[in-house]
Amino acid sequence: MSLDTATTSALQALRNRFGRAVLAEQPTAEGFPVVWLSPEVWQDAHRFLRDEIAQPFPLLADLWAIDETGRRHRDGQPASGITLCSHLISLARNADIRLKLATQGRAPSVAGIYANADWYEREAFDMFGLDFGRETRRILMPPTWDGHPLRKAHYARATEKPPFVMTDRFFDAEERATVTDPAELGLPVARDGEELMVLNFGPHHPSTHGVFRILLGLDGEEVVWAWPDIGYHHRGVEKMAERQTWHGFIPYTDRVDYLGGVISELPYLLAVERLCGITVPERAQMIRVMLCEFYRILNHLLFYGTMAQDVGQMSPVFYMFTDREKAYDAVAAITGARMHPAFFRIGGVAMDLPRGWQGLVQEFLNWMPARLDEYQRMVLNSGLFRARTVGIGAYDTDTALGWGTTGPGLRATGCDWDLRKARPCSGYENFDFDVPTGSRGDCFDRTRVRADEMRESLKIIRQCLENMPEGPIKADHPLTTPPPRGAMQSDIETLIPHFLQMTWGTHVPAGEATGQIEGHRGLTQYAIVSDGGAHSHRTRIRTPSFAHLQMLPKIAPGMTVADLVAHIASIDFVMSDVDR
Amino acid sequence: MSLTATLLLSVAVLVALIVAAGIFTWAERRLLGFLQERLGPNRVGPFGFLQWVADTVKLIAKEDAPPAGADVAAFRLAPALAAAPVLAGFGVVAFAPGLVVADLDMGVLFVMGMLALTVWAMVLGAWGSRNRYAMLGGLRAAAQMLAYESFLGLSLMGCVLLAGSFRMGDIVAAQQDGAWFILIQPLGAVLFFIAGIAAAHRLPFDLQESEQDLVAGFMTEYSGMSFALFFLGEYIAVLLVAALFTTLFLGGWAGPILPAPVWFGLKVGAICALFVWLRAALPRPRYDQLIGFAWKVALPLALLNLLVTGWIAVGDAP
Repeated sequence: MSLDTATTSALQALRNRFGRAVLAEQPTAEGFPVVWLSPEVWQDAHRFLRDEIAQPFPLLADLWAIDETGRRHRDGQPASGITLCSHLISLARNADIRLKLATQGRAPSVAGIYANADWYEREAFDMFGLDFGRETRRILMPPTWDGHPLRKAHYARATEKPPFVMTDRFFDAEERATVTDPAELGLPVARDGEELMVLNFGPHHPSTHGVFRILLGLDGEEVVWAWPDIGYHHRGVEKMAERQTWHGFIPYTDRVDYLGGVISELPYLLAVERLCGITVPERAQMIRVMLCEFYRILNHLLFYGTMAQDVGQMSPVFYMFTDREKAYDAVAAITGARMHPAFFRIGGVAMDLPRGWQGLVQEFLNWMPARLDEYQRMVLNSGLFRARTVGIGAYDTDTALGWGTTGPGLRATGCDWDLRKARPCSGYENFDFDVPTGSRGDCFDRTRVRADEMRESLKIIRQCLENMPEGPIKADHPLTTPPPRGAMQSDIETLIPHFLQMTWGTHVPAGEATGQIEGHRGLTQYAIVSDGGAHSHRTRIRTPSFAHLQMLPKIAPGMTVADLVAHIASIDFVMSDVDR
Repeated sequence: MSLTATLLLSVAVLVALIVAAGIFTWAERRLLGFLQERLGPNRVGPFGFLQWVADTVKLIAKEDAPPAGADVAAFRLAPALAAAPVLAGFGVVAFAPGLVVADLDMGVLFVMGMLALTVWAMVLGAWGSRNRYAMLGGLRAAAQMLAYESFLGLSLMGCVLLAGSFRMGDIVAAQQDGAWFILIQPLGAVLFFIAGIAAAHRLPFDLQESEQDLVAGFMTEYSGMSFALFFLGEYIAVLLVAALFTTLFLGGWAGPILPAPVWFGLKVGAICALFVWLRAALPRPRYDQLIGFAWKVALPLALLNLLVTGWIAVGDAP
């Protein structure tokens, strides 16, 4: 994310085109421009960056809001009640730009320009009550919810409101709220004079991979329309981030995508460390990379097995659980935990590698390749598996980007955009690995890309094993949490932050920072706002699964129910990652 | 056979079948466990052998309630229809020379008919459940039945032609003079086996209850003993298809040293193990793919097989 000439010229082009409507450029440590726009040009600026500028920004990575109430450090920013932010990415420039809009509760919609803004704007309405001047339904919170949870005025703890009482009226209202009328949603109820059968697929269905509900309009077994309904797994992680300390929030990131283990800790800490100005020592960086790749393999194995299972092949998932145990042996020895290690720390990692870690990692590296070959024969080369997946759920690169699809789902279309290559963090630039791509963008390619990615991850782990540098596992910096003990005992500048950390929490300097990584599912981005205290003012979590699910209504029509199952398996989402 | 002997034999066969189906569920789970790097049920009794007894007790004790709005008559009738015909189908199976409940002269046709009847159970159960997943399963069952029945019958006609009889005993006897029919009728055997998987509703052709898309298809709303009857019907259908395959293609009870019923049991067991192995190995085709395969590939091949066999048989005739 370097501030290269391409980005500067995008900002320049924006200034040339919109003149004084570009209100301010916010000084940040981000490495990409953060630009405040006036409301009249909000839509035009998005259209300009998407369609008109040379080397356009086709990917709306994220769109979110910030409640500015009570924020003290806003130097150089226009007055705002609720700030709307959109984050655009250009693959051709390998550059980002963030647009901001100061609002008092009303904002123009860009859903007509970036298709995937739809769900993001619904979320901003749901969480902040932002009015986009279009028909908006709640997306994550239940329709019966009172208030907008991410507003500062909304309570964060159950003890901050009167006790919850269950009454008949409450139950009746909840019961009524679960009834959905397709006609009311503007969905067709008939095709060619034939009434469609509405099938309530989920939230408790074996193939929705979590609590995810899809309303399906069926003509026979053909899907005519699909209407995804999310929010059943919503826990308000972004709200929790505002009440936890910076350090205390690390375990929550593990659970945002509960199959990703330490992977989600990385973008969060990248952002926090950017604000603190911490440089992580090499050894800690490589431990981070190694563990991330372990979890990438762990996730992809689970995906691979359940993908095969969802087209009716029952055995591979069991074999892959054996492999996962092997990986967990190494991971558990290093981190002390299996699924949610909370192992990374601000400025490094929690512990050094245990004695004999090489043996466990080596054992896994010896074990895995032959197994992957076997799965290749068992799953990918199986005629029946191909019959079920080739050509199913196919989309091209432009469609993928237009809907915010990243990760294996994007690479299956032939686009080799991988943040580990495009914007290496944590030392990924020092590793030799390839980025597998597909060509058809169908369920089969999505499976194959992930199968190949596991081999690349093994390559990376092998390089970690061979090249693990000696040295400290924590940065020698006062804000490292907890700071190195030696420094704390001899240096007052470290002793004071240590005291603060242990009593109130780490005080992260005020500012805004963003951490992006190539997660196992795609672009994972944490955009944090610190107001200088021990808590976050706003932590925005951009998860890939949210974007990927939004594309479903576009892809599903024309499939049979069985194809739909194969397709949603190939998306590889976790509902906790969608709802947060 | 006297009436008393027939009655005794019927009861013995019924009890043996129900026990065999129970043991089969345990054997399948152990075998699947073995094939899938896990243990399978191994807690109840030696090697977990009594697991099926525990399961039966559990199923009997479970509540068995029809869903709101169900057509209760159809809902109750369906499980009985699932188990009864396949049990009846065993009435004509010859376990050893002379060891058969009813030695019908059109035994093979009778078994075909009984196997086909099980689809009524599915359609009825689907209809009675008033559940949309069940409905989709029932529709699939009906379409699939039409598709595989078309070549199930034709695929075994070669054997009938060669033996010159529909009677089970005659077909076995015909193989004792020459080679087993699996050697003379390899194409017929393969087609029959594929159709048999579909007739027994086993993975990869268990589309009417495919759990990944239809939850449990026509069985979604069933619990307790009603569910157990569907389950029993499925396992006995597997045994019946295996028995039929043994009779038609593997020389029936014939074998050296061991007594005839033991050979019959061993061959049926081997075919059942093959069913389990297939279940562990293969993904499931989409339902239009199965139907397309049945009509466009299997049916023409079965017709061709019958034509060639008929030509040879007629050519051989004096």
